[in-house]
Amino acid sequence: MLLKMLTQAMGVSGNEQEVRDIILKEIHGHCDGITVDRIGNIIAYKKGTANKNKKVMLSAHMDEIGLIVTGITDTGFIKFKPVGGIDSRILLSKKVLIGENKIPGVIGIKAIHLQDPSEREKAIKVKNMYIDIGAKNKEDAEKNVHLGDYIGFDSDYIPFGDNLIKTKALDDRVGCAILIDMLKERYACDLYAAFTVQEEVGLRGAGVAAYTVNPDVALVVEGTTCSDVPGAEEHESATYLGSGPAISIMDRTSYSNKKLSQFLYELAKKNNIKVQYKRTTFGGNDAGKIHVTGEGIPTAAISVPCRYIHSPTSVMSLEDYEACKKVVQLFLYGIENFEIKKWEVIK
Amino acid sequence: MSTNDFLLTLSSLTAVSGYEHVSLTEIKKFFQPYCDLVYDDKMGNIIGVKKTKTKTPHKVMLAAHMDEIGLMVKSIDEKGFIKFTNIGGVDQRLLLAQEVIVHGKEELFGVISAKPPHLQSKEEANKAVKMEDLVIDVGMEAEKVKKLINIGDIVSFRSSLTTLMNKYICGKSMDNRVGVAVMIECLKELNRQDIDVELYAAATVQEEVGLRGATVISYDINPDIGIAIDVCHGDTPDVSKDETYVTSKGPVITLGPNIHPKLAKKIMNIAKEYNIPFQTDVDPGNTGTDAWAIQVTRAGIPTLLVSIPLRYMHTTVETVCYNDIANAGKLLAIFIRKLEGELGELLCY
Repeated sequence: MLLKMLTQAMGVSGNEQEVRDIILKEIHGHCDGITVDRIGNIIAYKKGTANKNKKVMLSAHMDEIGLIVTGITDTGFIKFKPVGGIDSRILLSKKVLIGENKIPGVIGIKAIHLQDPSEREKAIKVKNMYIDIGAKNKEDAEKNVHLGDYIGFDSDYIPFGDNLIKTKALDDRVGCAILIDMLKERYACDLYAAFTVQEEVGLRGAGVAAYTVNPDVALVVEGTTCSDVPGAEEHESATYLGSGPAISIMDRTSYSNKKLSQFLYELAKKNNIKVQYKRTTFGGNDAGKIHVTGEGIPTAAISVPCRYIHSPTSVMSLEDYEACKKVVQLFLYGIENFEIKKWEVIK
Repeated sequence: MSTNDFLLTLSSLTAVSGYEHVSLTEIKKFFQPYCDLVYDDKMGNIIGVKKTKTKTPHKVMLAAHMDEIGLMVKSIDEKGFIKFTNIGGVDQRLLLAQEVIVHGKEELFGVISAKPPHLQSKEEANKAVKMEDLVIDVGMEAEKVKKLINIGDIVSFRSSLTTLMNKYICGKSMDNRVGVAVMIECLKELNRQDIDVELYAAATVQEEVGLRGATVISYDINPDIGIAIDVCHGDTPDVSKDETYVTSKGPVITLGPNIHPKLAKKIMNIAKEYNIPFQTDVDPGNTGTDAWAIQVTRAGIPTLLVSIPLRYMHTTVETVCYNDIANAGKLLAIFIRKLEGELGELLCY
């Protein structure tokens, strides 16, 4: 299954090779042109059927949050730093896989018996954490682990509950999976599917891809925060699980093109597909770079709600995923009739 | 079954304190090939007996607790999220983003959830999330959750066994399935061999909540020698060397008031004679293990404690080195084989 394969692959920002290889294999034979650019983005092109067609770019990032090896102690434990935004408190007592050979390791913590009661109230800082790979000492560890090795979470793909799944890296392999499926059809518009790198460390790949493609309109397909859990107030829950894909209005990096967002929302409503607006303005995504590329590109974002995003136990509804896929497809079929407002020159 | 396979199965079984019976049949199976008799008592302790041809033999009891720490359902909210409490000592800091199985009418997968980090203040982010602010998300509507799960249902951690370098293995409930593994390794060593003593290998219940199974089983068996097998703290970078023992450097033999001095001397001498690596632990009082309960049963029982160094005790990534398990099994087998004839002199002060 595509989503399982994609989420189980390792692709911490800067090390997207494994994900890239899967995508290249999956889209092979479905495109009119595929390039991997110099920063590692995949740009897949599918020619449209219309005479004077729009250039549409879909974008999903291949990378995921993770860790990177920064040192090895004399006793053979691995020191690390986070890559992308991670709440360090989720790291304790978790399993990881290190480097190309996926060497298993665990992030340990001092036994509760050996802690002062006051310690139990404090969060542990990343600089005080370490990974145990079972090495005898530094030299022994260096046989398997090297400085700069990327570290991903070891978290399997599990269906559970009411048509939900738990896995790592749903942000944004869910977008990658949708883009792959979109390339299997042909539309009136010219389609460029950009699978981007390094979103989690500052939207690095998307800007480059948008510059190369220079589309008339762009749609970012994402996995986004879903905080409909105890501890969060009603107004704080960005999205609801099971209520369909979420369309962004604004976040820390961009305002979505209002007409484009409305267009998406109405498409879903008209076709009886569950849809919601993302109700908080936290975070950001590739739209932040795309919408200010070149002369500016009308950009919108549609996302599958994910609980516990940026953790090894991300949770998503398969219904939301299917609904998001449908809306993106309707968007591609309908975009030819969408009027893009050009700036008028005042004479 | 290869050593790793059998630990894999042992570790994967659910036996949260007080609810060990759900894995009773499975755990019994490990003893059957090497024992003349396997039975369980009223509390759920499992006992494997290896008989002897000696008339009126002395009795030796090995005891390793099979229970593990876990959680218990406290309430279910209107959205179907589950509030929980702990069974045994659980560090609240490691619960975030942890995977669990809720043992209701069905086994339900769930993840532990909390207020998302971006909604927390800076001060909150520097603090540990309190257990009372955490919930389990089983991804179902409240109505369904309430149908399948009752208050008081147990929750176990879900963490598969992982093999690291140098025969290190890591997973949940290694405290104290490794003790059970040591008993089985010992029974394997003694398989098809005649011994002079009658050997009882007991997998005990409810150690984590107060050494309860061991109390009852040592009263019932009333052995001449009781040997508790448990885990002790392994070496990690965040703990001083004085508080820990080095993993892979052999089982740990405890000295102190909980331990019969002559027995300790004997087992150490045997280890030296047979070149089995071991380490020594000095415990000035309560060892916090089944040995503490066994020692004062009935008229008093000479007691030993053999431990396996284990890193990250009471987490989902408890880590041990298999060599220590194998060495402990071997050492105990030789020790038992060497208990011949009258034990009076060995056991008297």
